Amino acid sequence: MHTTFDLEDRGLQYIGASRIEGPLVVVERVRDVGYDETVEILDPTGRPRIGRVLDISEKQAVVQVLEGTTGLSNKALRTRFLGESFCLPVSRHMLGRVFDGLGRPADDGPPPLSAEKRDVNGMPINPYARRYPREFIQTGLSAIDGMNALVRGQKLPIFSGNGLPHDRVSAQIMRQARLLDEEVEFSMVFAAMGVKHDVAEFFIRNFRESGALARAVMFFSLADSPSVERLLTPRVALTLAEHLAFDCGQHVLVLLTDMTNYCESLREVGTARGEIPGRKGYPGYLYSDLASIYERAGRIEGSPGSITQMAILTMPADDISHPVPDLTGYITEGQIVLDRELFQRGVYPPIAGLPSLSRLMKDGVGKGYTREDHPTLASQLFACYAYVKKVRGLADVIGEEELSTLDKQYLKFGEAFEMRFLNQGEFENRSIETTLELGWDVLSTLPKDELHRVSDALLKKYYREKAEGQACVAPPFGSATR
Amino acid sequence: MTVASRTTESMATRISGPIVTASGMHAAQMYEVVQVGSLGLVGEVVRLVGDHATIQVYEDTTMIKPGAPILCTGAPLSVWLGPGLVGNIYDGIQRPLPGIQAHSGAWIRRGEKVAPLDTEKLWAFEPVVEPGEVIAEGHVIGKVEETPLVDHLIMVPPGLSGTIRTVAGKGKYRITDTVAVVETPEGPRDVAMYQQWPVRVPRPIRQRLRITEPLITGQRIIDTFFPIGKGGAAAIPGGFGTGKTITQHQLAKWSDADIIVFIGCGERGNEMTEVLREFPELKDPRSGRPLMERTILIANTSNMPVAAREVSIYTGITLAEYYRDMGKSVAVFADSTSRWAEALRELAARLEEMPAEEGFPASLPTRLAQFYERGGAVTTLAGERASVSIVGAVSPPGGDFSEPVTQHTRRFIRCFWALDTELANARHYPSIHWLHSYSEYVEDVGLWWKKEAADWVELRTEALTLLQREERLQQIVQLVGPDVLPDVQRLILFIAEIMKDGFLAQSAFDENDMYCSPERQISLLRIILTLYHRGRDLIQGGVPLMRIRSLSCVPLIMRAKSAYGNEELGKLGELKQMVMEETEALAKEYIKEGTLLCTPPST
Ligand SMILES: Nc1ncnc2c1ncn2[C@@H]1O[C@H](COP(=O)(O)OP(=O)(O)O)[C@@H](O)[C@H]1O
Ligand SMILES: [Mg+2]
Repeated sequence: MHTTFDLEDRGLQYIGASRIEGPLVVVERVRDVGYDETVEILDPTGRPRIGRVLDISEKQAVVQVLEGTTGLSNKALRTRFLGESFCLPVSRHMLGRVFDGLGRPADDGPPPLSAEKRDVNGMPINPYARRYPREFIQTGLSAIDGMNALVRGQKLPIFSGNGLPHDRVSAQIMRQARLLDEEVEFSMVFAAMGVKHDVAEFFIRNFRESGALARAVMFFSLADSPSVERLLTPRVALTLAEHLAFDCGQHVLVLLTDMTNYCESLREVGTARGEIPGRKGYPGYLYSDLASIYERAGRIEGSPGSITQMAILTMPADDISHPVPDLTGYITEGQIVLDRELFQRGVYPPIAGLPSLSRLMKDGVGKGYTREDHPTLASQLFACYAYVKKVRGLADVIGEEELSTLDKQYLKFGEAFEMRFLNQGEFENRSIETTLELGWDVLSTLPKDELHRVSDALLKKYYREKAEGQACVAPPFGSATR
Repeated sequence: MTVASRTTESMATRISGPIVTASGMHAAQMYEVVQVGSLGLVGEVVRLVGDHATIQVYEDTTMIKPGAPILCTGAPLSVWLGPGLVGNIYDGIQRPLPGIQAHSGAWIRRGEKVAPLDTEKLWAFEPVVEPGEVIAEGHVIGKVEETPLVDHLIMVPPGLSGTIRTVAGKGKYRITDTVAVVETPEGPRDVAMYQQWPVRVPRPIRQRLRITEPLITGQRIIDTFFPIGKGGAAAIPGGFGTGKTITQHQLAKWSDADIIVFIGCGERGNEMTEVLREFPELKDPRSGRPLMERTILIANTSNMPVAAREVSIYTGITLAEYYRDMGKSVAVFADSTSRWAEALRELAARLEEMPAEEGFPASLPTRLAQFYERGGAVTTLAGERASVSIVGAVSPPGGDFSEPVTQHTRRFIRCFWALDTELANARHYPSIHWLHSYSEYVEDVGLWWKKEAADWVELRTEALTLLQREERLQQIVQLVGPDVLPDVQRLILFIAEIMKDGFLAQSAFDENDMYCSPERQISLLRIILTLYHRGRDLIQGGVPLMRIRSLSCVPLIMRAKSAYGNEELGKLGELKQMVMEETEALAKEYIKEGTLLCTPPST
């Protein structure tokens, strides 16, 4: 292997590699190379491919080629180390533009002019410098606003499955998301990892039709791009988001799709390095790696901006205990779970009632935020819907006819909850008041005494004494499981 | 490239993530702290082979190159112990996060060096010894009011004994000032208001003691059903979203410990921010002072370097031991020990150690044992009774408790609060499952509770038995429906429902109910059991269950926990009276002359 000194460019250029395996290239006897340094590898046609150093010793550098190793050969390979870790030039003028998965222009526009370059790995936010997210975002979807409210600066992913309408749901959220008392609009940062062209098209169209295109930046590492490239795409997107939010003071909504594809790329690299695999072959550091992405959301002291993060992931075989949704759920501040059964019954958005959760809801709703009855209403809806699930299980065994009067009322409530509260139009934008009123409507199909979580005062104020479909029979005589 | 770095004797030869290999390290010791590269990144020697050392680096190693200089400090990783710890928040290697923010803003940059304690601040010191007194290790020479809640005792460090030659008078001093000189066989020794201690070494005690007192947490399912003793160890395992963090926050807020150490280990940044926002606002129910005045936070969140996450647990427990040595009861919360175990796994993999179960190093059980063993009820060197209680969250993958961290943890704790996904999904919080959880401290703390209520053991047993019977009956119901059950059994289903909603469920966000005093716990339980006893008698006397269900006291019992605060025990007394009267009236209606209720009203 020869080393040549390239006078015109920075750094040394090395010719040849000792090993190429999967996405990895091993270059011997390198000098003055740092861990995680960015690498340019020239392929036989002379086109540069970007890589980064995963392991460096006096003897060799292990380089991960982000744009794939297809067509590279040991002998002809030329490598140049660029003297810094992977950086993205950032500028607010990137809004309205489309970039590839590594942040290079993918539209007809020129490379962004920018004096600022940022390491895409970012830096950890000092927990002491965070500001706790509290402002309620109205998404116009009752299932979210009423039961799993999103707040500005939250990271709330969508757990979906193949063929479920996560794209439509997330597009609707991006279209409708707004604060109650402010007119500020969100800037959108969109990162697509390993998704098909038509998905990308769908989002572009959605941004265009809603007039948000000028406020959106897109990073595409699509299904036909080299899979390793995806490992940088969310980081590139978040680096720009941090600039927009914390340097420019904007409120940024980041959509990352599909994190399952991202994790598969990570697995691929891990396998190529011969690492000890963890659950389902994913590397043992998957949790930390995902955290280094998801934790880049929130608000910080000294800046008015915020990053609200929505990651979409498809659960392989709809399995929520699969490592990707599992570890995601351990890091994010809740999850919106899409449910295949609801979808098949024609409910849109098919947001599962029970496994969905917004951990930050408690601090963003209620008196002074949305309405005093909001937390109680949500809690009571959850409790009653959980009971509906039990009754349905029982009805499957003993038959609906055999159920007690009360349990039949619960079945009715369940139906109303799903068809009237959860279900809504793809272009229906409900105000939070509408959502809450609807909640009381369906809750009032149950007898007052069943609503243990509601205080007398709230019952008096919001319970509909003679709601439609409400049984007038006095005390419920027995019930399914009690 | 600087030529100088190449000629330095100790230098990096390989960098792979947080693991750096270095040569020229013949003088290095195991667990010695080193500084790597020109930024002086903090690391710790974890392996020595010949003159090569493997270093675990606590900061991001991006752009560190082979040849980077390594500076040995000659000391193991240690923490500073002295006034100023309480109310502070540190990262895993005891760097104060407020100091880091003041220095470089919202982001944690590499190579930050900020002293753990303020060395300029003056503290009011009051001596408690006089020159000429003989003093042994761990004994107190003076005290400082660290916060209105914490009397900080200045102690002679372990290993140091002798005669007091001089001691500072009452006055204000810096933590580095000498406040006493002790004459020892090896000569005079200065004692300052702070000391250093290596985090991986337990601080010495005189002896271990039996646990006799409960740690009152104000959480009904814990205090009444699965109590933890002062000095005990508990695990709280559960899948994501089941309530590990909120439960630990509840305990950190309301436990009757003198000092709280909360370790956010590999979890969310916002959760630490939440504690920082809430604790100064919330008042300790016993003293009325802000909770932050007794709390120390360690935050090594999931996006902070993984090696520092591994240490954060030791940093936290060392601070806890230090306050224990002052004779205090300390409670340590670690959220989550699984992230710590994963840090061990990640580092072991980088060190190319042979993995055991699921990639965890074979030393996992030993490491867990060492951690939990640092808790306990003890007699301190100074002869005081003191304790460190440990509560560790466990985050099993997929919520499956058969995985190694949960399983091994079970061997070293005696209190298991099993969180249940189904309960959490139904928004029954805390989602601690009453049938899958256990406490081995019930007997130890029973005596204490008997002072509150002579029949505590019986009440508790009866309630738990009722819940167990309900579970069995539910299995029948699931098969054939409830109609086949006789009313006596359906009464059990009914009472269990009240028990779950009206007693076990306890919202962390309910003003009246977030903290439930032991007296109120007992009152609530008594009311429910009274309804049960009277109901049983009524049914035996031929009263249909539906009449009992529709008594007007029933919805009141369901809502009593949040309707009445800890100060309103009288209201609960009235409610119990109402139960008696209403059931009495029913009895009169159905049970004509001669047949009296057989159960005497419970006391
Ligand atoms: N005691 C409680 N009272 C009310 N809500 C709770 C309680 N415990 C948990 N929760 C709810 O459950 C959510 C998840 O709890 P958390 O402690 O963050 O779970 P984990 O740490 O196990 O992932 C919280 O955001 C909160 O909404
Ligand atoms: Mg948690």
